[in-house]
Amino acid sequence: MKSVILIAATRLLLALLLVFSIFMLLRGHNTPGGGFIGGLIGATGFVMHAIACGAAEARRALRAPPERVAMAGLGIALFAGVMAVFFGDQFFVGQWLFIGGTETEKGLPISSVLVFDVGVYLVVLGSILSLTFALEESV
Amino acid sequence: MAARSEQTGPWLRPAGVIPVLLAGSLFLAFAQALGPVGAGDVLRYAQPWVPSLGISLSFLIDGLSLTFALLISGIGTLVFLYASKYLQGHSQFARFMLFLTLFMLSMLGLVTADNLLTLFVFWELTTITSYLLIGFDHATAKGRRSALQALLLTGAGGLALLAGFILIGAVAGTFELSELRAQGQVLQDHTLYLPILMLVLAGTFTKSAQFPLHFWLPNAMAAPTPVSAYLHSATMVKAGVYLMARMHPNLGSTDVWLWTLTIFGAVTAVFASVMALKQSDLKQALAYTTLMALGTLTLFLATDIGYALTAAMTFLIVHSFYKAALFLVVGIIDHSTGTREVHLLGGLARFMPVTTFAAALAALSMAGFPPFLGFIGKELKYAGALAVQSEPILVAGAMLLANAMMLAVAGIVSFSPFWRRPHLAEPLKPHAPHWAMVVGPVVLAACGALFGIFPDLLAYTLVNPGVAAILGPDVKPAELKLWAGVNMPLVLSIATFALGLLTYNIRHGIRAWLTAMGERAPNFDRGWDRVLDGLKALAAWQTRLVQGGVLRHYLFITFATLFVGVAGTLLARTGLAAPFEWPALLVKHWVVIALIVAGAILTLVTSSRVAAIAGLGAVGIGVALIFIIFGAPDVAITQLLVETLIVVLFAVAALKLPFLDPTGQKTHRPLDATLAVGIGAVVTIVMLMVTDGPIDRRLTTFFEEAAWPEAFGRNIVNVILVDFRALDTFGEIAVVVIAALGAFALLKGRRA
Repeated sequence: MKSVILIAATRLLLALLLVFSIFMLLRGHNTPGGGFIGGLIGATGFVMHAIACGAAEARRALRAPPERVAMAGLGIALFAGVMAVFFGDQFFVGQWLFIGGTETEKGLPISSVLVFDVGVYLVVLGSILSLTFALEESV
Repeated sequence: MAARSEQTGPWLRPAGVIPVLLAGSLFLAFAQALGPVGAGDVLRYAQPWVPSLGISLSFLIDGLSLTFALLISGIGTLVFLYASKYLQGHSQFARFMLFLTLFMLSMLGLVTADNLLTLFVFWELTTITSYLLIGFDHATAKGRRSALQALLLTGAGGLALLAGFILIGAVAGTFELSELRAQGQVLQDHTLYLPILMLVLAGTFTKSAQFPLHFWLPNAMAAPTPVSAYLHSATMVKAGVYLMARMHPNLGSTDVWLWTLTIFGAVTAVFASVMALKQSDLKQALAYTTLMALGTLTLFLATDIGYALTAAMTFLIVHSFYKAALFLVVGIIDHSTGTREVHLLGGLARFMPVTTFAAALAALSMAGFPPFLGFIGKELKYAGALAVQSEPILVAGAMLLANAMMLAVAGIVSFSPFWRRPHLAEPLKPHAPHWAMVVGPVVLAACGALFGIFPDLLAYTLVNPGVAAILGPDVKPAELKLWAGVNMPLVLSIATFALGLLTYNIRHGIRAWLTAMGERAPNFDRGWDRVLDGLKALAAWQTRLVQGGVLRHYLFITFATLFVGVAGTLLARTGLAAPFEWPALLVKHWVVIALIVAGAILTLVTSSRVAAIAGLGAVGIGVALIFIIFGAPDVAITQLLVETLIVVLFAVAALKLPFLDPTGQKTHRPLDATLAVGIGAVVTIVMLMVTDGPIDRRLTTFFEEAAWPEAFGRNIVNVILVDFRALDTFGEIAVVVIAALGAFALLKGRRA
């Protein structure tokens, strides 16, 4: 069942959803959002793409096999946790770096916590997609 | 059999050299402790591990642990060197050496641990590594079965041991062996003494293969020979003996201890020495003599007489020397001729003179001839046997019989294959072994001779400190000497020689008779199979009962169990009286309620699958709206997205699913609806009860206050997920990945 309308709409939606998912991921620490939600939104985009154009097309769009995306996410999250040890803290203690911070201005925060959230994002995205693609290919 | 056709490539490789160097340097490191320990010192090292549970990573070196540590690392060095050549060119050589090295380290941890729980961890590690080693030839069904058998038996024993240790900790208030010792006879006088003893002995008897749990040990000979030589002669099987010796001050010196160990030890020793004669496979024969040795050691650990324990310590060392040497010799024979069957072997002395020499030395020590250490060991055994409190005649008689059979087996293993004139059906084409394989047997056999001639070398360094570690420094250990004058032990020794030589000469008759008898005797190995089969049948029956393959039944059973459990508890505890006040609802609340109710009803009555999914989706969205109304946007967004994805996944899968109610009878619908309503009611009541009580806001307050200053985040949910509880989240995403991979494998596997 190929629908031209769906395909045309999905092309736009996928791009929007992906941008939105990254937006949600990045704002997560202070406002509703985060890696889990971001990953779900990103996955929704690819799932729609798969429904409209087929799983093979969606796999191409993702570029990497989804299982590998999930495993990479797990690895990144672990790395973010282990990173604390190199700064003399215990595992999974958040490490923060404020770029360009002054007396009054906090600067741009870069943290291991964000890296961890990126890992969560990739795990959720990869896991859902590996499941969905496999399901779609087997029916 | 094993590696004969695979000898290609260099034999000295990093994977082989590193373990040898490691074991050798550990041996030297432990040897440094000989001086202080010989002088009566006890070395201790401790580091807190799990302080909240009173577990510390503490180690202790006294005479007993040092003896074991030196045997483990020393024999390890020789066996590793031997294995480098034995498994030369094997495709999984590196893996093999890794397992062996891990095993050695676990074993060293076991014998030096001071904390009972640390000891238990190492105990289990030896079980796991030995499982991997026994099953190293995992392509053969026999290897797999033997490995599993050893794992299940020793693992079950290990669980009993853990229970015993926990009871000890509860009774004595400490897990440190050194502190337990200082307490004296606290455990013996406690009412829980008998359960503790039974649990600990269950662990040690399975590990040290005492009758009737002995059968895994001969089966474990499926492993490559270096494994048998290392694990099943000198080290792992002696872990049980070590633990009995270690617990002797705390659990010993009672009648139960004395008689249990005496009876099990004596039966094992006699049974095994007779069974050893029946074997035609050299390795099997040695395996049964190992059982005999383990029985003997158990027998002597039963008492608290200085003589008997000196005998145990000495025999422990003697046995490790000659048994490891003989196993390695059998490996050489196997490697060089391709068989271990005693009828097929003969005249090997011409081809491998050095091996023959080593085998002869080791066998003379095993048979207990002077001036070998084995002779001293045997004299001490008789002296110890005559001194035991239980039944000297019985113990000495058992020893006499077992020793005589050992002499015969020593002849079968190391005389017959080398010197018997070869009237062989198939001509053997043996090759002389490589030096790396010969050095082990030679060194070990030479140790047997050296310490026999100079027994004081051993007595003051290891045996006496070892006895002192078991019985305390006040008990006088027996002296080790070759000539103790004409006394009862000497007479018994001479009787042993006569009986042993007689047995050796009529061994064929005995074997035939034993084989005939074996047909009728109960077979423990087959009994084990029946137990396992029974267990599997039970599991299969249970699975068929609960898991019929219809998803609806699974869900029904799961939710029915939940309902009965929760509703039953509520009824029993509170009588289902939920506090409830009808709140003032706004219009938006009513809209949400209407949406949820309508969705639920639609799901319940529709016969279209798509409509049912849409109905469920409506319920989910209603729940998400509730989250939004009550100020949890993160949860609401997640809920909405999950609902969306579920609908999409269902839509994809729905193409393959049958109609909701193919027969159109809908007989299950009322029942399902009732259950659903019941679950909903029960959960509602629970929620009402929970919210009725005063809410403990400590956690919420903490997170609200700490999120910004400590974690630089204003979204508490996210801060908790990625910072305060990051480890939990990591565990959860790992579960997500595992679940996805599992589902992926299922879907892909189904398609193939």
